[in-house]
Amino acid sequence: MTINLTLLILMGALFAIGIYLLLERSLTRVLLGIILISNAVNLLLLQTAGRAGLAPLYDPEIPAEDYLDPLPQALLLTAIVIAFALVSFMLALIYRSWVLARQDELADDEEDRRVASYAGAYDAEEDASAEDETTEFADETDAVGRAMLNPRRGADEDAPDPGNGPAIAEQGER
Amino acid sequence: MVTELLSFTPLAVLIPFFGAAFAFAFYRNKSTQRAIAIGALILTVILEVTLLAQVWYGGAHAVHLAGWPAPFGIVMVIDRFAALMLVVSSIITLCVLLYAVGQGAAEEKEDSGPVSIFYPTYLILVAGVSNAFLAGDLFNLYVGFEIFLTASYVLLTLGGGESRIRAGVTYVVVSIISSMLFLIAIGMIYAATGTVNLADLALKLGDLDLSTQLILHVMLLVAFGIKAAVFPLAFWLPDSYPTAPAPVTAVFAGLLTKVGIYAIIRTETLLFPGERINTALMIVAALTMIVGILGALAQADIKRMLSFTLISHIGYLVFGLALSSIIGMAATIYYVAHHITIQTTLFLVTGLIERRSGTSNVLRLGGLAKISPVLGLLFFIPAMNLAGIPPFSGFIGKLGMLQGGIAENTWITWTLVFASVLTSLLTLMAVARIWTRGFWRKPEDADEAPERQLMSKTLAHARAANKRYLPMSMVAPTAALVAMSLAFTVFAGPLMDFSRAAAQDMYERTPYLEAVFGPERSEGVREELEDFAATFLIDYETGDGGAAEHAPVETSLQPDDEAAEVVPEITDESDDHR
Repeated sequence: MTINLTLLILMGALFAIGIYLLLERSLTRVLLGIILISNAVNLLLLQTAGRAGLAPLYDPEIPAEDYLDPLPQALLLTAIVIAFALVSFMLALIYRSWVLARQDELADDEEDRRVASYAGAYDAEEDASAEDETTEFADETDAVGRAMLNPRRGADEDAPDPGNGPAIAEQGER
Repeated sequence: MVTELLSFTPLAVLIPFFGAAFAFAFYRNKSTQRAIAIGALILTVILEVTLLAQVWYGGAHAVHLAGWPAPFGIVMVIDRFAALMLVVSSIITLCVLLYAVGQGAAEEKEDSGPVSIFYPTYLILVAGVSNAFLAGDLFNLYVGFEIFLTASYVLLTLGGGESRIRAGVTYVVVSIISSMLFLIAIGMIYAATGTVNLADLALKLGDLDLSTQLILHVMLLVAFGIKAAVFPLAFWLPDSYPTAPAPVTAVFAGLLTKVGIYAIIRTETLLFPGERINTALMIVAALTMIVGILGALAQADIKRMLSFTLISHIGYLVFGLALSSIIGMAATIYYVAHHITIQTTLFLVTGLIERRSGTSNVLRLGGLAKISPVLGLLFFIPAMNLAGIPPFSGFIGKLGMLQGGIAENTWITWTLVFASVLTSLLTLMAVARIWTRGFWRKPEDADEAPERQLMSKTLAHARAANKRYLPMSMVAPTAALVAMSLAFTVFAGPLMDFSRAAAQDMYERTPYLEAVFGPERSEGVREELEDFAATFLIDYETGDGGAAEHAPVETSLQPDDEAAEVVPEITDESDDHR
């Protein structure tokens, strides 16, 4: 199978940068990493078709090997659509997370902290950094953010929602 | 007649999809939505039970969508295993939906936003799971995974509260990564073999270089392992599942990880049969069991505890399938069906406990057995079942795996046998702790301040409050699931026979391949496929696959030179006679 070297190198670079970004704690960077990786995967799928060839419209005079294999492109299109949907959903999640907590970083799990504190592995200092303000846009949208934040929070706590039970209980204790 | 009915197989995916579309269309009218959702799922259950009845004796059947012949078009294959999974999953989803409806009706507050999303998304989840079970090619499997995962993202973050968003982000990112790995594996497999059709791959993968095979094999297993929550890849599960609403967690815990296991089983039997990485799989299985259950013992929250037991019991399934024997696989199939039911039931019961007492933290629970004996019974049966106490189905499944492990008689299987018995005991300990704390002790004895809802003045007061907190519309579906888990014990004989037949089919691979390629060969690919068909026939008649029940099974169907040579020899002889 013949492979386009440029595409191959590009794919490798996208994977490398994507994985690097994925290891960050900031959600926006994680999202960028996911976008890069999904594009790298798309390039990989594209390359499985092999050398470029003619459009696969049947013509009896053209030998079979001159055509381009169309299947990878069909798979690729599906994969692009799915990745697009997932990325938009992620964006919505990140936005929501920012509106609620004005935090672009992934927070620690409360229960995890509790279990860790039993074992003595809990480091309050190290953990405190996650609580900090992390977004660059805090000043501009502070007022807006608070306005959206406060009523919503109240509503959440009032809701008779079993799923939020433990979290609310924990908040109550503190 | 059999074939005609089985060609309605794609409806198992389409009915929930259409249901979802109509439910979306009626987003203003909640009762219509509810009726559509319940109706669609009841139809699906009826259809799938019919399909199972057809497949029970008939074996595998493939539906070629749009009439394209096998390796080129999209195939949906229903064999014994897939049919069983479909039926169990659809009954589960129906019960959980009824429970969710009951919960929605019981919570008086008008909360139209998320609810109008809930029914359609739930139906899409069901469609995605069915699609994954029926997929006849790798890419369709990927699409099935994506359908139900995307639906699960929405369900997990339903309402958009802070804790759910936090948990949702972890879940979404991890799932996307595993999907990307799966997609990379698909790309590499296509590059290596030029096909994504599972049956076609079963024939072609064997021709590849052993090292290439190993890479593809491990990549697929890692991708599926994340979805199935196998030990080193299971970190995401206890973080994300418990935050969702009770019915959503129940269906996730029951179904979603099992789809991953289903994909692993298909990989191990259809695509890469053999014993190359079985030792590695068994080590992973042992670690999954032990680490999972130790995690469960550290938890105070019932939902999180159950999430960890879920991981731990995935280990049993991996153990069973890594045995590579018919008896081990049969036990695994039985255990998957049992575990889907039991895990869902336990999460639903936890939802009830949470409603009755206001918390699912065992440190603040107490006295539930006295306040509500029904709740106690509903918890006790599946809990004992999970621990594998003899009359229940958990014991039967585990027994099969232990038998398989002992029959194999190597150091690693003995280690696994020991690990699984230990895990079983620790599971018993974990559920017993919930039982003694939550149900037996007095509320006043709770470690932390007990919930107000548990502190009624008299028993009569408490019992009177039961009606409000535990409406019949939520208790009945839970009870139905408990009854179903008991049915697994009552019908263990036929079910085990069925699982054994399914396991035999999967190791022989002939029924699957014959269903995909055999009867519906069209003119265009006839020549190419006749070779395959010839090999099937020879193997099929000698029936060498899985002859010895306890022995590890050699795959009977490899497109190697031996089979090709046998045919010319016979013809030569017949020529000589003439």
